Amino acid sequence: MTTITRLACRLGLVIPFVLSTASFADEKKAEDEAPDNIAVSYEEDGKYFTEDDIPTYNISDDGAVDWYTFSGFRRYHSECHVCHGPDGEGSSYAPALKNSALDMDYYDFVDVVVNGRKHVDASANSVMPSFGTNKNVMCYLDDIYVYLKGRGTEEVARGRPAKKEKKSAMYKEAENACMDG
Amino acid sequence: MKRLLIGSTMVAALCAGTVSANESVIRDTANPNQWSIQTGDYANTRYSELKEINRHNVKRLAPAWTFSTGVLRGHEGSPLVIGDIMYVHTPFPNIVYALDLNNDGAIIWKYEPKQDPDVIPVMCCDTVNRGVAHANGMIFLHQADTTIVALDAKSGEVKWTAVNGDPTKGETNTATVLPVKDKIIVGISGGEFGVQGSVTAYNMETGEREWRAYSVGTDEEILVDPEKTTHLGKPVGKDSSINTWEGDQWKIGGGTTWGWYSYDPELDLFYYGTGNPSTWNPAQRPGDNRWTMTIMARDPDDGMAKWFYQMTPHDEWDYDGINEMILTDQKIDGEERKLLTHFDRNGLGYTLDRDTGELLVAEKYDPVVNWTTGVDMDPDSETYGRPTVVAEYSTEQNGEDVNSTGICPAALGTKDQQPAAYSPKTELFYVPTNHVCMDYEPFRVSYTAGQPYVGATLAMYPAPDSHGGMGNFIAWDNIKGEIVWSLPEKFSVWSGALATAGDVVFYGTLEGHLKAVDAKTGEELYKFKTPSGIIGNVMTYKHNGKQYVGILSGIGGWAGIGLAAGLTNPNDGLGAVGGYAALSNYTALGGQLTVFALPD
Repeated sequence: MTTITRLACRLGLVIPFVLSTASFADEKKAEDEAPDNIAVSYEEDGKYFTEDDIPTYNISDDGAVDWYTFSGFRRYHSECHVCHGPDGEGSSYAPALKNSALDMDYYDFVDVVVNGRKHVDASANSVMPSFGTNKNVMCYLDDIYVYLKGRGTEEVARGRPAKKEKKSAMYKEAENACMDG
Repeated sequence: MKRLLIGSTMVAALCAGTVSANESVIRDTANPNQWSIQTGDYANTRYSELKEINRHNVKRLAPAWTFSTGVLRGHEGSPLVIGDIMYVHTPFPNIVYALDLNNDGAIIWKYEPKQDPDVIPVMCCDTVNRGVAHANGMIFLHQADTTIVALDAKSGEVKWTAVNGDPTKGETNTATVLPVKDKIIVGISGGEFGVQGSVTAYNMETGEREWRAYSVGTDEEILVDPEKTTHLGKPVGKDSSINTWEGDQWKIGGGTTWGWYSYDPELDLFYYGTGNPSTWNPAQRPGDNRWTMTIMARDPDDGMAKWFYQMTPHDEWDYDGINEMILTDQKIDGEERKLLTHFDRNGLGYTLDRDTGELLVAEKYDPVVNWTTGVDMDPDSETYGRPTVVAEYSTEQNGEDVNSTGICPAALGTKDQQPAAYSPKTELFYVPTNHVCMDYEPFRVSYTAGQPYVGATLAMYPAPDSHGGMGNFIAWDNIKGEIVWSLPEKFSVWSGALATAGDVVFYGTLEGHLKAVDAKTGEELYKFKTPSGIIGNVMTYKHNGKQYVGILSGIGGWAGIGLAAGLTNPNDGLGAVGGYAALSNYTALGGQLTVFALPD
């Protein structure tokens, strides 16, 4: 719980209302009105956010990805890829997270990583474990999330990003506090 | 040679005047009509004396019957046949079926254990299981959650159960068991969760635990005699394991034991290899990290180690040493030797004297292997037996947070657990291999019990400047240390091979083909596309006078995870030719058995 609290503090989370009352009839309309979950609205110490304060990736004009996206690439391929396959592409074992990062609301995404979920019946035995106590995941959750969003839009190509922004002083401080805490 | 070995063992058993429990295994594995343990025989040769199907007529082979396992995940291992019954196992939930070969494969009994699904995500790389074993009228299953079950072979009734590990700490199982004498010897998985690896013996009749030998730990834990247990001919000395670790890292130090086990009844020693030290970040565990990455020879009665050989001291690439140890009796320079041949993940094919642990041959079995220039073979040298590490590919020397590129082989090894076969007729080993390289960047990680403890980022891709494929199927001469022939494959070959007296060698491919090739030349003689990709092992048996060949299909395992979306070399830049050969374009999930025979 402390990890989650710390995470929330670090992000400065303000939980917005999520409206999900759209029926099939007005699906198109709802889509038009869906908040832009990708475009960068503002930046804080090397971290990029949408207008709804959701973390997102950034690619500068020279092709460099932001540090969070690069870090997400590294952490994904340490913690996630042994089940979900390389580059968020999915595997014979677990779904493609590059799609999940687009299909799922940020808060739902975080919830599944923190608490896990199960889909076990006669035809399936998919189990996502809870990573809530795992610092190697929790301290880098936003990094992994923005990386996967970038993979989902294919703006971040497969493989290791060739160019990246520098790690900011704020990032270093937050990383040390989270990993040592 | 095999007959000779068995003959003398039978004599020894008779002279001893007692009924030792391994007699049933020796009797059953000596009968080529049956396939009674996963490895075919104690020596792990995966060789069958059956020759009705031979290199002249194998082109007429055809499916005779099939069976769906009802489970979708990766299907490793193979069925067993004892008498008129076939035993088929599945990945999690680890169902066992007994099928009546006299009644069109009808189900005699089915055993389905109840396991907490929380074990699923703790199993690194799919919920595979490499099969059951038969001894003394019982079928032994080692479940994902480390429960060992003894089932009555005729009725499926549970005789006893025992629990070997704790999945909440990351301890799971994927391996088969070794029935030897009056014991069942079992290993453990969880190298990516900081598990302290061990092998444990249980009483075959009661399930009582008899001894446990850790791979890393104090002398009492690892069951060594500091004066008598040797490493390359010299006593290992006091505290040989914990002396090579810093602080208490060894307590979460890995060295798991999820591979295959072989046994020599004459020397009364069993052999296996230990896995990677944990974590994958070498900077977090200075020292040689003994006895991870080690070939071990132990006494089955008390677990005491006779000799060790550490292949990859202070691993920097995740080259687990768990692959099978194949026992053969062959002549070297005119002298009959008791040999052990092992194809390690690190890309070296080793031949040792299995009595003394003397190192005889260590050569690359894929020419692209580049992390080492070779092993020091000079017994007088200070670095005797150690591989010389190439600085460019050393993730330790390049350091934390540095991406070391172009390392061959990749972490999955030049070969993973998929077992090789040996034919005494050709004196060749038939080896399923990977032809994949990697970039590897280690970084600091923290340990939480039951959570992944990895500490490196990997990118894998087909071996550059080669045929573009990700695998080869090779024939290997273990005395000369040379490849005799090599067949390129589009994907890693993740299926255990079978060699037969009909001079045919069988293996499966990830696209789902069962292939038969000429044992002498490698010429492809037959192939058939089964319903799903093959990561299982080929077996053969005879029923009512007819030879059959059986294989489990069912894509998955590490191959299904790593290769599903295809691999490409990030260093090649965009638009690389041959990149992204995606396995998902060739096959989909689904477990089934296909049994082949020559048409009447």
